[in-house]
Amino acid sequence: MPSSNKAATRSSWYKRNEIAVTPWLFLLPGVAFFLLYVIFPIFQSINVSFYDWDGLGEAEWIGFGNYEELYWDDAFYVSLRNNLIWLVMYLLAIPAGLFIALFLNQTVTGIRLYKSLFFFPFVISQVVVGLVFTWFYDPTFGLLNEFIGLFGLGPINVLGDERYVTYGIIAAGIWPQTAYCMILYLTGLNAVDPEQIEAARLDGAKGARLLWHVIIPQLKPATFIAFVVTIIGALRSFDLISIMTNGGPFGESRVLSFYMFEVALSEYGFRMGYGASIAVVLFLIMLCFITYFLYSMYQDDKGGR
Amino acid sequence: MKVFKGTIAALMLSCGFGVSAQAENLSGTLKIFSDMSNPAPRAVMEGMVERFGALHPDLEIELTVIDREAYKTQIRNFLTANAPDVANWYAANRMKPYVDAGLFEDISDVWASPELADLASTKGAMTLDEKQWGVPYTYYQWGVYYRADIYKELGLSEPSTFEEMKSNCQAILDSGRKCYTIGTKFLWTAGGWFDYLNMRTNGYDYHAKLTAGEIPWSDDGVKATFANWRELIDMGAFIDNHTAYSWQESLPFIVSGDAAAILKGNFAVPPLREAGLDDSKLDFYQFPAITEGVALAEDAPTDTFHIPAKAENKEAAKAFLKFVVSADNQTLINNGENLGQLPVNAKSSVDDDKFLQEGFTMLSSNSPGGVAQFFDRDAPAEMAKVAMEGFQEFMVKPDNLDKILARLDRAAKRIYK
Repeated sequence: MPSSNKAATRSSWYKRNEIAVTPWLFLLPGVAFFLLYVIFPIFQSINVSFYDWDGLGEAEWIGFGNYEELYWDDAFYVSLRNNLIWLVMYLLAIPAGLFIALFLNQTVTGIRLYKSLFFFPFVISQVVVGLVFTWFYDPTFGLLNEFIGLFGLGPINVLGDERYVTYGIIAAGIWPQTAYCMILYLTGLNAVDPEQIEAARLDGAKGARLLWHVIIPQLKPATFIAFVVTIIGALRSFDLISIMTNGGPFGESRVLSFYMFEVALSEYGFRMGYGASIAVVLFLIMLCFITYFLYSMYQDDKGGR
Repeated sequence: MKVFKGTIAALMLSCGFGVSAQAENLSGTLKIFSDMSNPAPRAVMEGMVERFGALHPDLEIELTVIDREAYKTQIRNFLTANAPDVANWYAANRMKPYVDAGLFEDISDVWASPELADLASTKGAMTLDEKQWGVPYTYYQWGVYYRADIYKELGLSEPSTFEEMKSNCQAILDSGRKCYTIGTKFLWTAGGWFDYLNMRTNGYDYHAKLTAGEIPWSDDGVKATFANWRELIDMGAFIDNHTAYSWQESLPFIVSGDAAAILKGNFAVPPLREAGLDDSKLDFYQFPAITEGVALAEDAPTDTFHIPAKAENKEAAKAFLKFVVSADNQTLINNGENLGQLPVNAKSSVDDDKFLQEGFTMLSSNSPGGVAQFFDRDAPAEMAKVAMEGFQEFMVKPDNLDKILARLDRAAKRIYK
């Protein structure tokens, strides 16, 4: 019978190529969704960025018009600057996390409880973090101003003053991010070789030198992951801004992702093309980091073999 | 779409149905998307659906209530993809993007029917390109809500000129309070101040031309408006740190007596009453005249119902809109127990509430200049956003005015092309 013959050849073809084909079969659903929901939209938004489109009516091709406008747009530079501030300041979460991890890496009664408490901010939602900090910063009733009032300072309006607002939001973001880095380092510290530390101690190393030359090199994998998640966290800094300031005062706390949302999707935003061009710029920035991460992972893989 | 409708009609004919659907025997489903998500409006919406359903037992009504803020971003999705038969929105330029994109149904025929003759006062706000695109269901006045007890204590009276407004304010400042509370975190509250200052300084027509893009922002009239605003700012009339607050968060200042007044729509009254300001402490006055001879004009934003162009049961939707604006329903839904706002139908009666009565009198007899919607409904959405951001910046850094106006001019060139 031809049909069963055909099935026989197919199954035997599969049998012959099983080793080569099976991984791809397992990868197929993931790859398909990745192509559909990640790769395809990237090209789609690059395409949209060349149009003047309100998201409802006809799109009009304007070439690099959106990018030209970006070039003259002060708000764009403010967002870009804030993105850079976020990237740099957010990295403080890594040393802070390391410090807390070192501090908590000891055996005393109830240490599990302390660890959980330090990890707590990472578990609660970013929205809650944002609200808590908004109340904390409140210029009239907030705890911060009550506190600095004790020293005869203030009041300062952290979230309503364009000079402090970005730093104020970053401080709120660093709180959970530090907890995340801490947990990464805590697991990393478990893997530190005690014999090496003993050897170092025998050689008379201690304190900062021990930390810098013996422990931190062994924490390199944890540092790498902490770096990756912190960079990603900094570039995703959307929710806190939306909750705490809504981009204000007068747009001074916007970052690129928030600005994109504002011009394209928010209550008053009807400029899909312009939003897409911001997204493309943001994507190019991210691409630098992605390339770097992939490259260093590739190097690690090669070194590992 | 046309073909589809034709097929349906043919089908109905061949099955022996009459095509001329009578208003009395509506059938099928009526899908309503509403942004009336706050407790009182939600109850109103549900009540209307119930009463309309009782009139039309064969009609199945599906009501979906969406959070008011989320609705503003969701509307463009559901109008294009999954359109209901009736949807809430706002009047004037705020509906323009959807009208231009052909997503709202032209309902001039509904407006031509005799039931809507009593809505003439709001017809202009519903008209774009000479056609009507929806019906209003409520509106409310704006004005200055102030602490009557503080005014009494200081021996002040309601101001009718800008000079009096400023001298009152000085007396309030001298007593250690602020004159006006405001929370500009979400920008639009500053738009209210601009509306009034500009309409009082330059008049309604000028304001309408400005929001329509016919007058540049660098015009001397606009500068005069900002100069007046600056006088108040330089006096320290507004609360400090207003950029950190939403309008709700700015209310405690007037409740505690740290600020004496707020410029706001009538929707501020219920929360202020709940916070303990009874009618002996809270009162209302019309924003005073600034330039002599300029006719007073008011902001009175109108909330509306529309029929999406892709609606499936337009017959029932139109019947629902007529029901919403009918005199009895308007009296009912706008009374003090329900929305606590003003009815749009001239034959309806206004609730006895003192603020509604005062507002109604003001709008019907003391607003000869005209009635504006609100800054973010009169100006196109993008312009409103850029401009209100500029207002906020101006309130904090009045010295940046020239830079702000130049920016607004640049934005205007792009937006009104």
